[in-house]
Amino acid sequence: MIDPLVHARGLHKVFGELIAVDGIDFEVRPGEAFGFLGPNGAGKSSTMKMIGAVSPRTGGSLSVLGRDPDELGQEIRARLGVIPQEDNLDLELTVYENLLIYGRYFGMSRKVINERIDELLVFAQLDERRNSRVEPLSGGMKRRLTIARGLINTPELLLLDEPTTGLDPQARHLLWDRLYRLKQEGVTLIITTHYMDEAEQLCDRLVIMDKGQIVAEGSPRELIEQHSRREVLELRFPVGTQQEYATKLKGMAARTEVLPDRVLLYTDDADRTADEIHGAGITAESTVSRRSTLEDVFLRLTGRTLVD
Amino acid sequence: MALVHSGRVVEASARVYRRTWRGSVISTFFNPVLYLLGMGVSLGRLVDEGTGSAALDIPYLTFLAPGLLAATAMMTGAGDASWPVMAGIKWRKTYDAILSTPVTVRELVMGHLAWVGVRLLFVTVVYSGVMTVFGATTVLEGALAIPPAILTGLGFAAIVTAYTARLKNELGLSSLFRFGVMPLFLFSGTFFPISQLPSWIQPIAYATPLYHGVSLCRGLALGVEFEVNPAVSVAYLVALLAVGTILAARLMRRRLIA
Repeated sequence: MIDPLVHARGLHKVFGELIAVDGIDFEVRPGEAFGFLGPNGAGKSSTMKMIGAVSPRTGGSLSVLGRDPDELGQEIRARLGVIPQEDNLDLELTVYENLLIYGRYFGMSRKVINERIDELLVFAQLDERRNSRVEPLSGGMKRRLTIARGLINTPELLLLDEPTTGLDPQARHLLWDRLYRLKQEGVTLIITTHYMDEAEQLCDRLVIMDKGQIVAEGSPRELIEQHSRREVLELRFPVGTQQEYATKLKGMAARTEVLPDRVLLYTDDADRTADEIHGAGITAESTVSRRSTLEDVFLRLTGRTLVD
Repeated sequence: MALVHSGRVVEASARVYRRTWRGSVISTFFNPVLYLLGMGVSLGRLVDEGTGSAALDIPYLTFLAPGLLAATAMMTGAGDASWPVMAGIKWRKTYDAILSTPVTVRELVMGHLAWVGVRLLFVTVVYSGVMTVFGATTVLEGALAIPPAILTGLGFAAIVTAYTARLKNELGLSSLFRFGVMPLFLFSGTFFPISQLPSWIQPIAYATPLYHGVSLCRGLALGVEFEVNPAVSVAYLVALLAVGTILAARLMRRRLIA
């Protein structure tokens, strides 16, 4: 088997009283897109910083590109690309200059940097903005520039911390497309996100984190199979009667969940379940059947009141 | 390698400066002119016509100009180590971007201070030229006063960088200038000899770094006797720079490499 690019065992990170990462194990293999999914404060960003060799671990073992980040951080950082959660570009400089100074930090020659910039500007669809100042650019353009900057040193491993947070749908889809291309070129991606659709779109394998721990691991499909059902039937009843109907619906699906405004039935065939409910003489105000998503898995594992 | 990395930080700062220098030209060039006109020439006439000339032995403008050189260097050093550093740490987080590359915290801090050194060279050369035009010094003596002024500015840049590295928000920066830099500016022998201060406060003035910078600049620019033994002043300022740099690197590491 090929050695993993990132290998963590019992990885811990403590800030004073706060346990940010509480003993997690994971492996990232070459060429895959690996996701850390979890609510805010789950420990995703702390984990990313340890992988990025900018935050020493408190305990456990961690190897990145075969090296210990606490010992050989500089060597590791030379081969990584890091896309932070917030764009931290030099706003007074032009698009081109941002890429140039970043390449210089990696010790690249101007000639090599300039060739690389030409490629990256096309890749990030910023070639027409080459000499524009960064400040007035749109959020999506700044984000693409941050990603292009993270690629300047042709990294083997790209760390993306919530890459599409705050972007409009068009910008998100464009970004996903670019990330997908990178993956096809063989770049290994590690992505944190709290967007389920993003994880489903991009990740081959992911872990769900909650309160510093890994609560589930697998491909998006495996996670849905293990922790949810194939389909979900959403039923609306008059306000205040959800619980009452939920009791009647018990046994008609693998799992029933009562929300303030809806009752969710997790089932393998939503249409058949809907027919059965209708047959039992129960009529909902509205009925929606849909496929089960990672969001259902996520909410189940990281919390929302649950009735089984 | 460390030098190369710090050099890249200087290179990047210079590139940013090339886009933003217009704002700082006013403070670099016009402030000294305004001070020398307002304080040196106008107030100086009052001083020279009154009892001041006997106490100073030289025209007030001549007395003031080298003191202002040191004080301007302090202002530049402290200024470049405060808001821009806060922006790097917190507002723009550009320091995080730099530290994601092979550049280390120490190299970042050294590069930042080296860049402030370049800025100080520019500011003090301009100022020294203005002093010469005002007839407060000669070209040669004015040039001699540049190195101690840069040393003063760098000492302040280092210690203020360390201070800024610990700040949660910009309130601490206004306090620094209001309660730290301004009193030093006024009471470190820049505008009047510290012998004019109440005797109990004189030892405090003597202990301030700016006073030593002023003493060195005045002695060299005017070719007069130093107010303090210059070896003591140089040692003091070098120590300030060394301690400030070590502290800045350590506190910056604590802040950025959590």
